[in-house]
This record gives sequence, structure tokens and C-alpha cells, in this order.
Amino acid sequence: MYRYTEFDDSFVRNRVAQFRKQVERRLAGALTEDEFKPLRLMNGLYLQLHAYMLRVAIPYGTLDSRKMRQLAMIAERWDKGYGHFTTRQNIQYNWPKLHDVPDMLDALADVEMHAIQTSGNTIRNVTADHFAGASADEIADPRPIAELLRQWSTDHPEFQFLPRKFKIAITGSPNDRAVTRAHDIGLRMVERGGEPGFEVVVGGGLGRTPMLGQVIRAFLPRADLLPYIEAILATYNALGRRDNKFKARIKITVHENGIDTIREMVEAEFPHRRAQFQGGDQALLREIEAAFAPPALRDAPSEAFEAARAADPVFRAWADTNLAAHRHPDHAIITISLKAHGATPGDATADQMRVMADLAERYGHDELRISHEQNVILPHVHKGDLPAVHAALREAGLATANVGLASDIIACPGMDYCALATARSIPVAQQIATRIEDLKLEHDVGPLKIKISGCINACGHHHVGHIGILGLDRAGVENYQITLGGDGTETAAIGERAGPGFAYDEIVPAVERLILAYLDQRESREESFLDAYRRLGPAPFKEALYGKEGRRHAA
Amino acid sequence: MSRRFTPKVVTANALAEGDVVYLTEDDRWSRHHFEAELIEDEAHADIRLLLAQSQPQTVVGAYLADARPGPRGPEPVHFREAFRTRGPSNYPHGKQETPASSSL
Repeated sequence: MYRYTEFDDSFVRNRVAQFRKQVERRLAGALTEDEFKPLRLMNGLYLQLHAYMLRVAIPYGTLDSRKMRQLAMIAERWDKGYGHFTTRQNIQYNWPKLHDVPDMLDALADVEMHAIQTSGNTIRNVTADHFAGASADEIADPRPIAELLRQWSTDHPEFQFLPRKFKIAITGSPNDRAVTRAHDIGLRMVERGGEPGFEVVVGGGLGRTPMLGQVIRAFLPRADLLPYIEAILATYNALGRRDNKFKARIKITVHENGIDTIREMVEAEFPHRRAQFQGGDQALLREIEAAFAPPALRDAPSEAFEAARAADPVFRAWADTNLAAHRHPDHAIITISLKAHGATPGDATADQMRVMADLAERYGHDELRISHEQNVILPHVHKGDLPAVHAALREAGLATANVGLASDIIACPGMDYCALATARSIPVAQQIATRIEDLKLEHDVGPLKIKISGCINACGHHHVGHIGILGLDRAGVENYQITLGGDGTETAAIGERAGPGFAYDEIVPAVERLILAYLDQRESREESFLDAYRRLGPAPFKEALYGKEGRRHAA
Repeated sequence: MSRRFTPKVVTANALAEGDVVYLTEDDRWSRHHFEAELIEDEAHADIRLLLAQSQPQTVVGAYLADARPGPRGPEPVHFREAFRTRGPSNYPHGKQETPASSSL
């Protein structure tokens, strides 16, 4: 894991000291809210529906046990004993008091964390594949590049007042687990003739105008990354629509000007930027890479895994669902589900955080990841240790065997917390998961991604859910629109709206009808919901939602 | 004929804690919607909102929210305002956990 240098440490400490004074001046009345708001947002502090909310960056979703324990301590000392992991690989505290926030930020600085640029029209927390450095299908670990981008983008003077916020995602694997095509810039590591580089995608985004990113450069040599990204941002900084907040994201800039024009402008700017880089960035990257050296995986027997798998059906169900292939065949990647049926997606109590930290330290080379799907990953666990890890997770209520299944739902905070929300999302997710558990069919249904957003800004990624749900305010009543066929992976697609929305008490039965329609229509167990939708089109699913048969089920 | 004025309350968030507060008839900030002043006149609403906005050391983001009379006092009309009187639906946090009676 990357460790802060003296420079990093003093930068973060100075920022906290500044913010402490700003909070004092605000509370004393020397700063108005108009003056204070941009200052608090620069430090990740929002004012939400019921309280302040502090959004803390977890760079590229990577934590160690020390950081995770500190997140638990902060939750207990200054919040209500839990934290909410988000689709941006951040953690949010929902109940801080204004005068406590500088102390919380100091506690974060103690473990080399911060909340800088988790808001505002800046380059936000760079996100990455949560299986980075571990996955069997990976070309290379994308996190050194993500860390380089973090250092380069933090407080970058040219990019502090962009037309709008800017999100970069990176994956080192051909299987895209980082939703790169829904980001302002998506980076996919590729090789050409043995030379490592990137496919650069630009102009993706969800929100009110969902768009998939387009390839601006099919192959960018590794050493050209920072100047090329600078050229993209400089072009966006000049062209982006500052006149209209709703048209200010780079996806609109790309859409209005066309990818070819944007590419020409970026390529024209690139040589000037390239000339500014004399190799210091590559030297820094080499240092960063050393900090991400792969852990020394041990050779040990893994019979305990096979024995537990054969003997214990609960362990088997969990192992079959929550494990992914590690590049070392005797190891596994564990996804710890934060989606117990009926619980709030992405929430972990301080006790649960400590259990996960302990397990990472004892069995997982002290590494933890937060996924954009709001789960926690132990990326390097020897198979022989899996029964012990599973037993500890069970005791902590963390052994739900549902990763990738219907109850592994992404949900934004919605109108239970968020000031921008138009409807609630969390209770809809809770009720869908509870219903699915009652029906006992999610293992039969197989892979199914349900994603819920409580407003058009789409923090819950509903556009790329196989079943997407968007909560709206229709004439003073919560109303839920369904989209179908979305996909956030390398075969990315924006879901299509199924038709009129459903009332709060109709949305769970509507989702149930979709799932049952899929079971009726699929050719075999191997055909997933998304495959069936792609084969059949929307008609049978619309019939399930709106047809006579569908309504009879609903009655 | 002009459109009938929907009664309002003045609401905001407390600066220090962020908690939802309501302006009362006697110029206090209460944490309870039912203690709010129900404003039935548009001109008076504007004056009360100005009063709220002149207290930036106490409250943030004051605005007028639709309300209606109820047996205990004003009640929210919109579901968003109803949630603001209680707290989130996934945990018993916010106003629903504290039997707070305090004003600011």
C-alpha cells in the first residue's frame, strides 16, 4: 500500500488546520454560509436532509486494517456507530456535528486519509477495479496508476474549477468491474506488441443524460498518460458549458462537439503538455509501484477448503457465490456482502469494520477493498483459511451468500438522507431483498443486478442495472420508474425505460413479476436475466409489468 | 382572482448540528414541526423568511415549506417535509430517536 510522504502528510494536515479555522469563523459568524459552503465542500462536508454528511475518499477503494479500524473509531466517536460505503468507493458519515468535523479530518490524517475533492467541480476520487492486483484475469494492477492520478489531481491548480465534477475510473482487466464506460474518463489497460498502455474512453456518465463513453485513443503509451489526460481536461475546461449546470459534464461537451472534434483538439494540445513532462512522473510512478508490490502468497495445503465445501452446505453456498478466482490457484478473492437481506446496502457497523480489519490482518495480507457495488473485498486469502474466515464473518452477520445475485442491490442514500433526492431508495432495496429471501429463489435466478437511485442524478447507477429503478416525485407522491437491460461491464449498455412508473407499494411486486417472467422465459439456467432480455427484447417483461397477467399477479 | 395562498412554515437546518428546525410564532427555532408558526398570508411569509435569513449564525438554508393545520399544530404536506420531521426510515435516528424538546 502507498504510504504518505512527508509532503503528503503536511499537505493534508495543513488543509485540516485551515478548515478548523474556517469552521471556527463560520460558527463565530465571521463567515456567511455563502462564503463557507464552497470551503466545506472542498473538504467533503455536505449539509443533507437531517444533518451534515462527511464524505471520505477511499482512493481506488483500497484500505488496510489500520485505516479500517480508524474508520470504525470515527463512526463510534463522532457519528452513530456505522458508516455507509458508496458507489464511488467512498465512505459517508451521516451524522457529524459541524464543530467535530475538523477532529474527524485530523483522525483521518492520522491514517493517511482525507476528504479532499470528494465534492466540487474537481477531479474526484479515482476509482479502480476492486479486484485489482488479485484477479486471475488481470493484465496489471491499475492502482499505481490510480495513485499517480490521485497525487497529480489533488489540488492541481488548473483543474480546481472545472465546468463540473470529473470522475476517472481505471481497470487493469478486460472484464470491466470499474464501470469505465460510465465515467468522464475511463482507462482500460491494454498491450500492443508487448508494450503496456491504455485505451482511453471519454464522455461517459449516467445522471439525467446517460451516455456511454467513446474511445478517444485506442492505444496510449503508459508514459503519455498524464499529459494526455491534461490535454483532455484542458480541452474540457475551455469548451465545457459553464452556462448550464445540466449541460456542463464532459459527456455533453463530447456529444455536442462530436468525438472527432474533441479528439482533434486533444491531440493538438497533447504535444504542448507532453513537452512539460520530463520524466519526473515516471520516476514517481516507479516509486509508487514499489509500494504496490504483490504480497508474498504462501504455499500451503488447501484441503480444508474442499473438506468444508463438501461437508457444510452453508459454507458451500457462500463459497460458490462470494469467491472469485485469484491469480494464484491456491488463493481466493472474498467479497464480503454488505447486503444482508433487509439491511441497508453498503452500511457497516463499527464492530463489523473491526472484524473485517482483523480478518484482513490475520488472513488477507492486510488488504481490504471497497467495491462500487458497496461490498468489501478481501483480495488475497489462502483457500485453506476460508472456513475460518467464513466462520468469523458469520458471527459478525457478514456471511450473506448473495454477491452478484438479486438481493446484492446497489442503492443510493435516497431521500432518507440526501437533500437532492426525489424519493427513497433504501427501503425499496430492503423490501426487495426481503421479498427475494422469502421466495428463496435468488440462487436459482442467478446473476441479476438491481440498482436503485433516488433521483435523476443516478448515484445508484440504475441506468446500468439489469433492472434499474429510479425514484421520482410525481405530483407529491413517490413514484418508481423501471429500466431494463442496462449493463455496466465491458458489454456496457444503458437500460431502456419499461413504461409508466409504480407507486411505492407497487414497486416490489413489479420487480418480483420481472424475475418470475424471466424464470418462465429463460432457455436454461445458463441463460442469465440479461441474456434473456437481450434475446427476447422488452416485450415479455413489459407484459409482466403492465399486461393483464402481470396485474393478476399483482392483485 | 389571485391563486389561494397555501399555508407555510419557515424551516431550515441548525448551523451547528444540521438538525431540521422550524420558526415559531415567538421567534424561537423549534425542532418540532407542530410548534412552527403556520403562516397563512403571503406577505407575512416573506417577512418571516427574511427574519430567518437574517440569522446565519443560527440556521442554514431557510425556506418556506407548504403545511396545513392539524390537531397538534401544523403538519407537513409533502412527503419530503414529513421525512424531515422524523429522520430516515432505515434506522430510528434523527428526531425519532431523541425525545428532544429543546429550542435553539
